[in-house]
Amino acid sequence: MAEFRFTLVTPERVLFDGNAQMVTLRSGNGDIAFLRGHAPFLGTVEICVLKITLPDDSVELAAVHGGFVRAAGDSVAVLAGVAELASEVDLARAERALENAERKVREFNDAAEIAALARARVRLDAGQVKRTR
Amino acid sequence: MAGGQERVLKRRIKSVQSTKKITRAMELIASSRIVRAMGRIASARPYYERLSEIVREIAASSGLPKSRYLGEADQGGVLGLVVMVADRGLCGGYNSNALRMAERIIRQRESAGRVTKVVVVGRKGESYLRYRNIPVVGSLLHISDKPSYEDARKISDLVLVPFEEGSISFIEVISTRFLSAGLQKLELTKLAPIDSATFSTDKPAGYDFEFEPSPELIIDPLLRQFVQARIFALLLEASASEYAARQRAMAAATENAEELIKSLSRIMNRARQDAITTEIMEIVGGAEALGDALDWESDVGVTQFRENRN
Repeated sequence: MAEFRFTLVTPERVLFDGNAQMVTLRSGNGDIAFLRGHAPFLGTVEICVLKITLPDDSVELAAVHGGFVRAAGDSVAVLAGVAELASEVDLARAERALENAERKVREFNDAAEIAALARARVRLDAGQVKRTR
Repeated sequence: MAGGQERVLKRRIKSVQSTKKITRAMELIASSRIVRAMGRIASARPYYERLSEIVREIAASSGLPKSRYLGEADQGGVLGLVVMVADRGLCGGYNSNALRMAERIIRQRESAGRVTKVVVVGRKGESYLRYRNIPVVGSLLHISDKPSYEDARKISDLVLVPFEEGSISFIEVISTRFLSAGLQKLELTKLAPIDSATFSTDKPAGYDFEFEPSPELIIDPLLRQFVQARIFALLLEASASEYAARQRAMAAATENAEELIKSLSRIMNRARQDAITTEIMEIVGGAEALGDALDWESDVGVTQFRENRN
């Protein structure tokens, strides 16, 4: 399959910069996949697990906690406030964060806590999928 | 006696020497941290640049939609002022310059009957403002040595949320910009609203973007992120500047200590010399007095006395 340049950038560092065959993520209007030559696109990214299919058909996952995606020419860039590569997720810590977030949602149930819970789930999902492979 | 003075000086030299060791160590630590802080500034740049590139592309392709973040600052309205200083001192004028500037602006606005809401970063700033009875709406402490993006988000919660709601009409930041390793400058940065000219570009519209959601809906979150990324960049620069200021202050302190040791040892040596001279004079005087008394065998007496001394 044809490749394109994909970058995943957070404010603290560039998480991924390299070639990919396909990138899947959840945008404001639902899941969307990018292949080489995608039409120029600018959109928001929801809290989701981002899937990068590398040129050698292996898959890299990343937990993305909201941001923006820009596709134009032969490059796709995701700008995320917070993101983590699955290989860097600390599972024990993620589980603790999830428990913590669940408890807080039960107690307060406000938007910030629900968002924290969603982030914790996504991080754990990305980390666990990586482990079961 | 003179020996007492010598002892006092010796003790002072020792204390200056140990202070010098501390200032030297702080200087070395600060200079190694400058390098790390510069690295953090560099790795934060791609995000900021890509974000502004996206806004510029929107401006070029379909024109910037209306947004609260774009326009002219209404100077008469409520100012959200973010002051970025350090948690610790020992960094020369780094803290006091920024705080004096903040105080001046706040007092000026106060006398003109204008309201300023202050958010302060760094313990030094909090205590300075509290002492002067300047109310603070929020403070971030213990982050100046290694600010994270999360900290930038907290600041933006304190100023951007009221800005979006309209209770703050414009936002400015007082911080020290890190222009290069040798040059840092205290600056007042206008954060929001942003002048639309920032995003104007000569480049023709390259792409005809498909937006999801519409440009009108995406522009606010984009610009919010943009402002947040700028806050983060300013935090990182302030932190690097703090280390640079500390390194310079500690280098000067080390140099002063060296000079002090030099002049103190000179004084001490003279005191010791004086003591020796006095002692010799006393001996000679004593010997002469002895010689006068034993005039009939004066030579023998003095020789014997000298032998005893040796």
